[in-house]
Amino acid sequence: MSLTLNNVSRSVNGELHLSDISMSLSAGSFNVLLGRTLAGKTSLMRLMAGLDKPDSGQILMHGENVLGVPIQRRNVSMVYQQFINYPHLSVFDNIASPLRVAGKSASVIDNKVREIASLLHIEEFLKRFPLELSGGQQQRTAMARALVKDASLILFDEPLANLDYKLREELRTELRDLFKESKTVVVYATTEPSEALALGGVTTLLHQGRAIQSGPAHIVYAQPDNILAAELFSEPSLNMLFDYQSNNDERFAIRPEHITLAATKETDLALELTVDVAEISGSETFLHMRKQAIKRGTDDQPQEIVARLRGIHHYQTGDTVRAYFPQAKLFRFDADGHILDPKKSSVEAVQGKHAKGAANG
Amino acid sequence: MAEIKLVSLAHSYQTSPSAPEDYAIRQMNHVWEQGGAYALLGPSGCGKSTLLNIISGLLIPSSGHVLFDGEEVNHLSPAQRNVAQVFQFPVVYDTMTVYDNLAFPLRNLGKDKATIDKRVREIAAALELDSDLLRKANNLSADDKQKVSMGRGLVRDEVSAILLDEPLTVIDPSLKWKLRRQLKRLHQQFDITMVLVTHDQLEASTFADKIALMYQGQIVQNGTPQELFEQPAHTFVGYFIGSPGMNFIEVSLHDGCACFAGLSVPVDLATYDIAVNLGSNNMKLGIRPEFVRLHEQSQAGALDALVTNIEDLGSYKIVTIEIAGQPIKARIEEDDWVPTDRVYLSFPLPWLKLYADEYLVKAV
Repeated sequence: MSLTLNNVSRSVNGELHLSDISMSLSAGSFNVLLGRTLAGKTSLMRLMAGLDKPDSGQILMHGENVLGVPIQRRNVSMVYQQFINYPHLSVFDNIASPLRVAGKSASVIDNKVREIASLLHIEEFLKRFPLELSGGQQQRTAMARALVKDASLILFDEPLANLDYKLREELRTELRDLFKESKTVVVYATTEPSEALALGGVTTLLHQGRAIQSGPAHIVYAQPDNILAAELFSEPSLNMLFDYQSNNDERFAIRPEHITLAATKETDLALELTVDVAEISGSETFLHMRKQAIKRGTDDQPQEIVARLRGIHHYQTGDTVRAYFPQAKLFRFDADGHILDPKKSSVEAVQGKHAKGAANG
Repeated sequence: MAEIKLVSLAHSYQTSPSAPEDYAIRQMNHVWEQGGAYALLGPSGCGKSTLLNIISGLLIPSSGHVLFDGEEVNHLSPAQRNVAQVFQFPVVYDTMTVYDNLAFPLRNLGKDKATIDKRVREIAAALELDSDLLRKANNLSADDKQKVSMGRGLVRDEVSAILLDEPLTVIDPSLKWKLRRQLKRLHQQFDITMVLVTHDQLEASTFADKIALMYQGQIVQNGTPQELFEQPAHTFVGYFIGSPGMNFIEVSLHDGCACFAGLSVPVDLATYDIAVNLGSNNMKLGIRPEFVRLHEQSQAGALDALVTNIEDLGSYKIVTIEIAGQPIKARIEEDDWVPTDRVYLSFPLPWLKLYADEYLVKAV
């Protein structure tokens, strides 16, 4: 089964929730919706699930318009951020409930529940009640219930957001493996760029109800169409390099992980920056820097630059550092924010009052 | 402001605990010095919330002592202990302005207007809420509400400590960065003991000077983020810190080497001698994915292995390699050579650790 959305829009009380979204999700595809809170991820999933109707546009399942098909007949499962289980039912009965509704025989139910429970590592808890389980086990139970009925479309709405990051890491890998051989269309919403990359699959960037860019996760990361796409896939924020501007209003940007403190090539661009704070994560340092000394209460907007550096780098607030921007890693945008061919960018094309190459700096 | 000291502290929710696993907090000693920025990190169910409640006074420990600046406070209420708390969900009065929300704890203490005004403005400036002072709290975004909530925790200048219980969980990832920096700046500005409880290693390590990592009711390591990453004292620290966690291989020790599946990996000899003397039959070799070296060509000491999976994570990749049925993960950078099938791997000696009964074997 495949799912196609053609120019779908929806407003609620005059507020635009989704605007002109077109997507094509093929059978067996793993699709990630990446966007900030209120970007429209849940609204879009509710449309896909048939819980809401679009104001305009079409939703086709396997080429057939699904508007009007009752949700029971659509074979859709949804997993939410909050672990939703029936508290009065055992884990077994929770997982079995969709099969009972579908009128499956006791032996089919038993086999199916045990199979799914073992895939999700909760087979030893089948007799317990949800509230006797840890958060991770409760969410596994909710996932098992969504998986057990072999839905043709499964929607995961930030399912791991309430779990600790180590559990997230494990469940994420399990989820990917689970659907490797499957024909199910999977849609997974997240606010975290790193999660979109780790899940792989097809990422669609959502922002203010619009689909900004879509494609394989690592391609969307490496080749954003525009500033917004680059920004949405950057954690921490994308650095705009205001010091480098060409005559026709081109703008330059670089991701935090591509900034270095030692020149990689003679053509690297460079800036003298003042350290605001160094956040050390153990294996990495997030170095937050400013273009000028920290002054509060002035009208000057100091430009903030953040670098994600490998290894431990100790700096004090106020230290001066020289940050390098390898040209091969720069994004170049036109005045409207559309990406330009990065290969055509060179230090000669760059002008501006502070522009300075590493070689002469 | 205070130093917080835990002496022989233990807690069980059961009436007559006997086995170690009956304890939510197993007997421990711990010190948080005055003015430090600390994190209490661990998975859900590790006991970190229990510990926080014992410090704040919401829970009386089964045994042991909680000392604030050397004075036992076991039976003092949270108010008497004078600790400020910030919770996971913002606690603000929606109908009040930001100013009145921040002023509230001070008005309760009967402070004079001028003192209140000065302090409220100081806190608002630090949290970049200065332009929102006259706005009603219910018009604020979720993250601004949480900032107000934090501001209320910080506004009393004579508090002994500030305890933050997962305050950034509800904040959008793109804003977490900003809030975390503000929290850190506040700490530097106000010189107050702050303990942040979190299950997020990045949050813990970027905020705290020292992290206490909890596992099964115990603090398994108390150290800087760098120490936890480079010298994990326990296999759980190796697993929990770092993404993906440390690689562990069950080994036996022979002739100065750690051996598994007929292969020998040379280890630091001083450590080897200590490990052998421990006589443990639960010996593991640990190395972080960041430190595994991959080579295109065979070379002395490198092990021959097969690549089974490559995950592209944007600016780096995680390569899974199988060696004698044992999966090992290695991290390679964006522009590094990417192996396809056969690969040779080596383990740099300084980053190769030995664990006996799950604890790091340290050379003296």
